[in-house]
Amino acid sequence: MKERDFKIYRGNNEKGELVNYKCEVSEGMVVLDVIHRIQADKANDLACRWNCKAGKCGSCSVEINGKPRLACMTRMNEFEEDTTIVITPLKSFPVMRDIVTDVSWNYRQNKKITPFSPSKKDKEKGFVMMQKDVDRVQHFRKCIECYLCQNMCHVLRDNEGNEKFSGPRYMVRLASLEMHPIDKGDRIEDIKNVHGSGMCNITRCCTEVCPEEIQITDDAIIPLKERVVDRFYDPIMMLFRKIFGNKKTSN
Amino acid sequence: MLDITDIRRLKFDVIIIGAGGAGLSAAIAASQEKEIKVGLICKSLLGKAHTVMAEGGMAAALGNVDNRDDWKIHFRDTMRGGKMLNNWKMAEIHAKESPARVRELEHWGAVFDRTRDGLINQRNFGGHRYPRLAHVGDRTGLEMIRTLQDHGIHQGIDIHMECTALDILKDDSSGKISGIVCMYRETGEFVVFETKSIIFATGGAGKSWEVTSNSWEYTGDGYGMAYESGAELIDMEFNQFHPTGMVWPPSVKGILVTEGVRGEGGILKNNEGSRFMFDYIPEKFANETADSEEEAARWLKGDKDARRPPELLTRDVVARAINAEVKAGRGSEHGGAYLDIATQRSGEDIKKKLPSMYHQFKILAELDITKQPMEVGPTCHYCMGGIKVDAETSMTNIKGLFACGEAAGGMHGANRLGGNSLSDLLVFGNLSGIEASKYVKKLKSTPKINEEDIKNIIKNSTSILNREEGNNPYLIHEDLQRNMQYNVGIIRTKKEIENGISKIEDLKTMFKNVKAPGSSQFNPGWHEAIALRNLLVSAEAVSRSALLREESRGAHTREDFPDERKEWLEYNIINRKGKDGKMETIKIKRSEPDPELKRIASSSIDDLEKEVEIDHNNIKNE
Repeated sequence: MKERDFKIYRGNNEKGELVNYKCEVSEGMVVLDVIHRIQADKANDLACRWNCKAGKCGSCSVEINGKPRLACMTRMNEFEEDTTIVITPLKSFPVMRDIVTDVSWNYRQNKKITPFSPSKKDKEKGFVMMQKDVDRVQHFRKCIECYLCQNMCHVLRDNEGNEKFSGPRYMVRLASLEMHPIDKGDRIEDIKNVHGSGMCNITRCCTEVCPEEIQITDDAIIPLKERVVDRFYDPIMMLFRKIFGNKKTSN
Repeated sequence: MLDITDIRRLKFDVIIIGAGGAGLSAAIAASQEKEIKVGLICKSLLGKAHTVMAEGGMAAALGNVDNRDDWKIHFRDTMRGGKMLNNWKMAEIHAKESPARVRELEHWGAVFDRTRDGLINQRNFGGHRYPRLAHVGDRTGLEMIRTLQDHGIHQGIDIHMECTALDILKDDSSGKISGIVCMYRETGEFVVFETKSIIFATGGAGKSWEVTSNSWEYTGDGYGMAYESGAELIDMEFNQFHPTGMVWPPSVKGILVTEGVRGEGGILKNNEGSRFMFDYIPEKFANETADSEEEAARWLKGDKDARRPPELLTRDVVARAINAEVKAGRGSEHGGAYLDIATQRSGEDIKKKLPSMYHQFKILAELDITKQPMEVGPTCHYCMGGIKVDAETSMTNIKGLFACGEAAGGMHGANRLGGNSLSDLLVFGNLSGIEASKYVKKLKSTPKINEEDIKNIIKNSTSILNREEGNNPYLIHEDLQRNMQYNVGIIRTKKEIENGISKIEDLKTMFKNVKAPGSSQFNPGWHEAIALRNLLVSAEAVSRSALLREESRGAHTREDFPDERKEWLEYNIINRKGKDGKMETIKIKRSEPDPELKRIASSSIDDLEKEVEIDHNNIKNE
């Protein structure tokens, strides 16, 4: 057991400060354990959001020494023994209290997405899909909605951006629907106009922070951007559609 | 006098408390009737409920991998797993309905792992005769909750996140449900949902124990609220300790290691390197379990004549075996058993089939499961018992109050099979949603709310903040967890249970004077104190039922009564609030099952397989 130093943001969206705490740290502890220990012993009212404590639910997203992380998957032995560990709320979202932020904006983006749309025929006969055809979709569906990518995306960090861009999380969801072998929905126009795929300039910050290691930029955002380009900026395809109408492009 | 005129009031037909697999299923089902207004209340953010932690899969007799499967065999497995104490009708509905519910989930966008023919793949699990669990790697719960969430948000359901339910309101004269008082966790603001029916999908009470796979939400809120307003709890003595939780490092003790590890071939060893499960095969299962490592290895390779390895016996058996090995001094370095998949499957297979486990051990224990064995030990996982409901409607003895999922009791009897929980959530979530909306449509008048009741509920919770001084809620909770772990844990005796009950009585007294410092805004100390009442009700019900049941059956093990006793098969135990305000714990006679169901459950597996083959041929020829 060794006593370590922590600074934790206490306050609300308008005002707050970093408060110093000391906490005994034993083998195997993660940052979320420290927060719980401080909460039980020293600050009963320290607000903190968490659920599974195993990196599966994406609730305990915070910034640790300035980096967006899941508190439950950040081990204390990553840090040098004499460093002070600073825990602050996600920067891109309004603070509710202490290290808990208001992430409701994300839920509103999700609702704008056209849901999964299989045909009646497919439903009746039952889905037949090969594993290789769903591998990519399953990769996207690993997302635990921790919003670390949303927090890191500099388009969203700039407050005006969040009016125009739904963010990497929802590019991943859109990709999972667009690449679903049975889905018949057409979201290409929405991806451009509603979700603002053009706003992303491929800095890959989102991919770097993804705890599920989803290749957000390469596997989701870039292919969606390409589909938008095919639909809206390819003169031959535009002519084709004028004659034959809009049909979902294949995978 | 408390003024409640400014308190927000919202009107609904059906309110669902809890937004895990069961709550979301119920909300979706209820909202299919367009004139029914549905509200969904959850303590966490939407999509974060404990369902997300479910790993292995959902059991349904789809027959995609082994076409000999059938609802009859699934039903028989479930009854045998539950040591015949299950509610017969619920087990029947579950086995019959789950394939349709799993397909429905796929139609809503779930992307399951596939067979070579492109169908939903199914894996082996403890107690299931055939590969039966539809799954997505080892993150099936996440797939389920995300699918229900993304489908549910387009069904016109009014969702209230981070909102805690405090207590139920009933009509004074008819006793029917009339509303529920809740509190928004962010602001501490109270809200009254005036509603004609309520569905509790609040999960279990696993946070009553110290070593648990459950998250903070598992505080028995449904049990506490239902009990306080006159509903009955059933089978509360049956608490499943999952055999494989992490044991090291201390901060992750209890976190689940999926049964899928054993389903994919993982074996259990003690510190002498011996595969000890062969020594713990119960007589009843001896005919269906491999008796040598050679036979178990053939089974893993897909030999249909080989019997299942003993690692895939039901959870109660495996948990007790690990417990016994550790007690005998043959435990692993940190007091568990070794679970080894590294020598059984290739590194590539392990990473593909068990990616979350690989990740979890790599980060939390700095251990590579493709190279080293894991250390595992029993962890509190699931409450078989719960709110007593009618099998065909999910309604409790309170008119308008429904319960489903882990919050409801009866379906799993004395022990739940792995994979039967996720399917239970879908089947009975759906059923309770349909039945609640039917109930509302039949109501002739809107049940009335007694304003005094609202005031009392609010006063009970604000007094926790307003007290000058009092007891720390976290410390009461920690005491309760230690007490349940040591006195009402995996192996129980009369004396220990009695000690446990007396400690719970002390803690109840301390709870009357609990104090949370700080304001009402996002105050975890206050939330913890509010949950304590429900935890204490749950723990008391478990302990009193455990004391009464003088036998060992399924997950309930009494050292002083080490065997199943025939006479106890005729009773379930229920808890309810007596007229004097104290908990009554009584045994009630089980009703005689449908003879056909009884026949199926007690058939030999060979006979039943022949019967199913004939059934399947008849269907083909029609």
